[in-house]
Amino acid sequence: MSSESSKFTGLVGWVDNRLPVFSYVHKEYGEYPTPRNFNYWWNFGALAMFCLTVMIVSGIFLAMQYQPNTQMAFESIQRIMRDVNYGWLMRYIHMNGASFFFIAVYIHIFRGLYYGSYKSPRELLWMLGVVILLLMMATSFFGYVLPWGQMSFWGATVITNLFSAIPIVGDPIVTWLWGGFAIDNPTLNRFYALHYLLPFVIVGVVGLHVVALHVTGSNNPTGIEPKSSQDTVPFHPYYTLKDSFGLSVFVIIYALIVFYAPESLGEAENYVPANSLQTPAEIVPEWYLLPYYAILRSVPDLLIIDAKLAGIIAMFVSILVLFVLPWLDTSKVRSARYRPTYKKFFWVFVVVCFVLGWVGAHPPNEKVFGLEWLEVIDVGRITTFYYFFHFFVLFPLLGKFEKTKPVPNSITESVLGASATEKV
Amino acid sequence: MVDAPKKNGSLGQSEADQDEAHDGRRREFLYLAAGGFAAIGAGAALWPFIDSMNPSGDVLALASTEVDISSIELGQAITVKWRGKPVFIRRRTPDEIEAAENASLDDLIDPQADADRVQRPEWLILVGVCTHLGCVPVGQKATEVRGDFGGWFCPCHGSHYDTSGRIRKGPAPLNLDVPAYTFIDDTTLRIG
Ligand code: HEM
Ligand code: FES
Repeated sequence: MSSESSKFTGLVGWVDNRLPVFSYVHKEYGEYPTPRNFNYWWNFGALAMFCLTVMIVSGIFLAMQYQPNTQMAFESIQRIMRDVNYGWLMRYIHMNGASFFFIAVYIHIFRGLYYGSYKSPRELLWMLGVVILLLMMATSFFGYVLPWGQMSFWGATVITNLFSAIPIVGDPIVTWLWGGFAIDNPTLNRFYALHYLLPFVIVGVVGLHVVALHVTGSNNPTGIEPKSSQDTVPFHPYYTLKDSFGLSVFVIIYALIVFYAPESLGEAENYVPANSLQTPAEIVPEWYLLPYYAILRSVPDLLIIDAKLAGIIAMFVSILVLFVLPWLDTSKVRSARYRPTYKKFFWVFVVVCFVLGWVGAHPPNEKVFGLEWLEVIDVGRITTFYYFFHFFVLFPLLGKFEKTKPVPNSITESVLGASATEKV
Repeated sequence: MVDAPKKNGSLGQSEADQDEAHDGRRREFLYLAAGGFAAIGAGAALWPFIDSMNPSGDVLALASTEVDISSIELGQAITVKWRGKPVFIRRRTPDEIEAAENASLDDLIDPQADADRVQRPEWLILVGVCTHLGCVPVGQKATEVRGDFGGWFCPCHGSHYDTSGRIRKGPAPLNLDVPAYTFIDDTTLRIG
C-alpha cells in the first residue's frame, strides 16, 4: 500500500494511511459480501458479541465495589445491592447478562448444528467457537463463586472435587487449585483474578473467530456457497439494520428480566453466606450448566472405571465432541433443509438437551411424575445415552444412508425461484 | 570429525554429499540441544508460578487445632473446623461400637477394620467431607438422617456411611478420612 492510498480523506484518511483501521472496518463490516438469504437465526452471533461487551462493562463497574476476601465478599455484594448508587442495576445486568449470553450462544450453536455451519471449510471457525464456549463456562463458574453464598461455595467445592477423580495426581491437583485444604480465601482470590482475566481472553478468541469467518465467508440457510454477486449483499446497511432490529427485541426481553424478574434465573440459597461446615440440602448449578451436570451424575460404573471418573470423562467429552464434529458428520449436504432424516433427529437432540437440563435440576432418586418405576436418574441415563449416540453413531451413519433432497443451484434461485435467475 | 568443509576444493561429488549430510546431522543436533535446554529453562521458569498456587506457609502453619471434649455426652457428636474443613468428633455408644466392629470386611466397599480407624473405640474422629465430591454428610445430630447404616448420610448424591465412617452404599469410593490426632489428656484432643 502506498502511503496515500486510503479512500478516506481528511483526518480519517490521514490516520487510515498510517493505521488502516477505517479501511478494515469498512471492508469487514461495510462491504463484507453476505449471503442475501439470512434468517433471524443469523442474529445471534452479533447478540453474543453485544452480551460480551455488556458483561465486561458491568463487570468492571462491579469490580470497583467488590471485595475479593472471604470476610467481606458477601457483605460487599449486599452493599452493592443496597448502598452503591445503581449498584443493584450493575449487579442485575451482570447476573442476568451471563444467562442471556448463554442463551445467545446456545442458539448460535444450534443454528450451526442445523445448517451444517461446522463443515468444511469452516472447521476452524467452529472449533474456535467451541473454545469460546469452554472459556465462557470457566468464566461464569469463577464469577458465580465471587458472591460467596452457599451455592457459590458448594458449587465450587463439588466442581473442583471432580478433579480428585483423576488417578494418582487428583488430590494434589485439587489442593493446588484451592491453594489450601478446602475452598477458602486463597481460592476466592485466584478465582477473582481469573474471572477478571478470562473475558479478555474471550475477546481475543472472538477476534480470531471473526477473522476465520471473514476468510471462509458466512454460511446461509441453504448451506450452499454464494456463486455470483447476485447471491450476496454488502453487510451494511441491510444486515446492520437487521441485526439492530434483532438486538432491540433481545434487549427488551433482557430488560424485562433485569427490571421485573431479576432473581428468576438465580438460586435463593446463594443469599445465605457461605458456611464451610454445612452443605445445603441440594446443590444445583446455574441453568446453563444443568445438562452437563446431568450427564456427570447419570453415568454408572463403566468396566474398570468407577462412576465418579466415568461421569467426569463423559461430561468433558460431551463438549469436546464438538471439536471433532466436522469429521464425524459425513454428509455432503450442509443444511438440514435438504436432509429430511437429519432434521428429525436434530429436533430429537434439542428435546434431549432440554430434558437433560431438567434432569440436572432434580435429585437423582426423585420419582418422575410420581411413577414408582421411573426415577430422574433413569431419564438421565436414557438421554445421556442418546446424546452420545447422536454424535458418535447418527452423524457418521446418516451421511452414508440418508436420502437427501436436491439442493438448489444457487442462493438466488432458492429465494426467488428458478425463473428469477434468468430474468435478472 | 572431518576437516572443515571446503567450499570449492577438490572434493569429489560423493565426498561433498557426505560432508553436507554430516553438516545436517550436526545442525540437527545443535537444534535439538538448544531446543532441549530452552524447554528445560522454560519449565524451570514456569515452576515458581505454578507452585505459588500451592498452599502457602501461613496456610500450612494452621495445621493443628486443640479441642475440649469433656462436655460431649455418650452418643453425642460435635463438629470443629480444622484446615477449613469440618471434623466430626463422635462419642460412640456401645451399640454403635459393636455394629462397627462386627461388620464383615467382605461387605465393605473400602475394606478397613474399625480398630484401624480409632485410637479409643469410644471416640471416632473423622474429616467430615464426603469422599465423593466433598459435601458435608449429615447425621451429627441424632435427629438428622443417618442413612441405612446409622452413621452419616451425604444428601448430595446419596452416600451412606456406617458408625465407623466407612462407605457402605452410594457413589463415594472411599471411607471418611481419619485425620492425624492425639489425646493430650482425657479431655483434650489435638487434631493435626
Ligand atoms: C464473559 C464474560 C463474563 C461472564 C460470563 C461473567 C459471569 C459472572 C457471573 C455468573 C457472576 C455471578 C453473579 C451473581 O450471582 O452474583 C459474576 C460476578 C461478578 N463478575 Fe462477572 N462475568 C463476565 C465478565 C466479567 C468481567 C470482565 C468482570 C470485571 C472486570 C467481572 C466482574 C465480576 C464481579 C466483580 C462479580 C461479583 C459481583 C456479583 O456477584 O454480582 N465479570 N460474573
Ligand atoms: S458428595 Fe457426597 S454423595 Fe456426592
